[in-house]
Amino acid sequence: MSEQLSCREAISLAIADEMDADPDVILFGEDVGAAGGVFKSTVGLFERFGPERVRDTPISEQAIVGTAIGAAIMGLRPIAEIMFADFAGVAFDQLANQLAKLRYLTGGQANLPVTVRMANGAGAGFAAQHSQATENWFLNVPGLKIAVPGTVEDCYSLLRAAVRDDDPVLVFEHKNLLGMKGDIPSGPYRLGEAALVRPGRDVTVVATQQMRHRAVEAANILAGEGIELEVIDPRTLVPFDDAKVAESLARTARLLVVQEGPPGGGWGASLIARMAQSHFHCFDVPPRLVASAETPIPYAGCLEDAWLPGYQDVIEAARDLVSS
Amino acid sequence: MSQTSFDAALGHSKEGDAGQRVPPDWEQLLRTMLCIRNFEDQVKGLFGSGLVRGSTHLCQGQEAISVGVCSQLTPGDVVSCTYRGHGAVLAAGAEMDAAFAEILGREGGLCGGKGGSMHLADLSKGIIGSNAIVGAQLPIAIGAGLAAQHRKTGKVSVAFTGDGSTNIGAFHESVNMAAVWRLPVVVVIENNHYGEYSPLAATTAITRLCDRAVSYGIPGVLVDGNDLQAVQRVAADAFVRARQGEGPTLIEADTYRHEGHSRSDPAKYRPEGELEEWLGRDPIPRFEEVVRAAGAASPEQLESIRAEVQVEVKSALERAKSWPEPAAERLYEDVYR
Repeated sequence: MSEQLSCREAISLAIADEMDADPDVILFGEDVGAAGGVFKSTVGLFERFGPERVRDTPISEQAIVGTAIGAAIMGLRPIAEIMFADFAGVAFDQLANQLAKLRYLTGGQANLPVTVRMANGAGAGFAAQHSQATENWFLNVPGLKIAVPGTVEDCYSLLRAAVRDDDPVLVFEHKNLLGMKGDIPSGPYRLGEAALVRPGRDVTVVATQQMRHRAVEAANILAGEGIELEVIDPRTLVPFDDAKVAESLARTARLLVVQEGPPGGGWGASLIARMAQSHFHCFDVPPRLVASAETPIPYAGCLEDAWLPGYQDVIEAARDLVSS
Repeated sequence: MSQTSFDAALGHSKEGDAGQRVPPDWEQLLRTMLCIRNFEDQVKGLFGSGLVRGSTHLCQGQEAISVGVCSQLTPGDVVSCTYRGHGAVLAAGAEMDAAFAEILGREGGLCGGKGGSMHLADLSKGIIGSNAIVGAQLPIAIGAGLAAQHRKTGKVSVAFTGDGSTNIGAFHESVNMAAVWRLPVVVVIENNHYGEYSPLAATTAITRLCDRAVSYGIPGVLVDGNDLQAVQRVAADAFVRARQGEGPTLIEADTYRHEGHSRSDPAKYRPEGELEEWLGRDPIPRFEEVVRAAGAASPEQLESIRAEVQVEVKSALERAKSWPEPAAERLYEDVYR
């Protein structure tokens, strides 16, 4: 068995493998080149592929995303990094009005194989403007695909799938998971397939990234009490593998969604709404959404811990669902 | 700016255009300008008769910029422009009937009726789109330039943009990045002196927008945007620079829109006499006068060209009107591949 890699190494390897496979793949962003990335997720690429294919940009998020769009329309497969996912706000027009819509607005003329990578998530003390899980900002913008890898395997495979996809894909890489180790999977690499992380008969738990791992932690503890959680990681939010969730719900009759980020207008609430609409007959008890507090993300460690859903929150919600 | 100081800024004498040589393809250039003028006049009429939805932004008066710059295109070059972009799109080679059809929301429109007046694109002609967000085409144009540089095609990405867009963040980000990477890009500011309803002086502390080029370390050129051949000359220089790998050029083409900002704007904010002064510098009669003065065509020949173009535009419109609206299932197509 080969040596295990970290998520950041898996990201770098996925980019390198795509760049090897296709000369049209280029990478650019702030400090992704000579410095190897602020999160060290692109180490070695500049040296290996040179400054033409791995470019450091000015601090210009709108230009970074727009450049990826224009290059993609002309046939390249750009990978753009906009560092912290919070900075997507700076480039929102290019992401939401341009990237998402140009295929539609041109009546299908424009092909947009753009990958936008961003570092997601709370838990590392960066406070309110460098900690958000911003994937929910884009749920209401048809035209974008959204990948939320939560393991080494997924950091590699979803990124490779994103680069090969002819649609724009936003790839959110969770900051707190970058050091986690795992194996590099072999293909095929596909978007839109959920993973059954842990089987269980009592409650269907759907969670991504950091929350997926907390859900598994909760499941391991509850197993000692005889409560079996089935943990599903959707891996991509658009497209969303509803079928896998519905199939599980049909067996457990209980749905618990765990989401990093405030509850309103998010993928968790949307998933619960879809399941309630199409599978109402499956529910024994009302579904439950465990999410972050409806506040900005605080700096102090104790406050940030309180903001993030923990495994204890999952345990409590699951116990409630089983006992009600 | 008065006529005198404007001419002084451009280094022109009072003699104006008299004595200019006429290019061999003068008739094509004139016809394209006339096409755009007639096209825009027809679109205005279509609005009046309730056949166009939303809004539209007409470019009568600015034709020499679109035609002059696009006359320098070669196959494979890329054009992007503003929502006041009918002229640039037609000058870059889009079919008139398909452009009309897009504005009418028809299946046979350039974008299948999904875009409308503010979103004309024809990728087969290198027209990657007019853009409805002020200046948002600039970052995208930079990307097209990057693709040309990456593939060493020798092609150019030209972006038309408005005076108002020079105050948005994406303008700065884009021109700077194009300069840093020495991309084959030409940015053409169509300075019509109004950002929507506001005169330039109310929103911008400098008077010559090409002066901004200094801060990016690239050439900035001012040109009389109503002088077709002057536009051609500065565009030709900029295209050569771009093709030779010398990086972007910022062109400011001084002009005026004869209509208001959009269909709901009667342009009451314009000082008395301003429109009339600019009508006296209308690029089409000016070029016709150059052609006539050089003896390339008689007034009667010019009149018959005008009449022919009018018929051509009208028949393109009639064709577009005869085409069907999009089928209902098109709603769900083209969101994803």
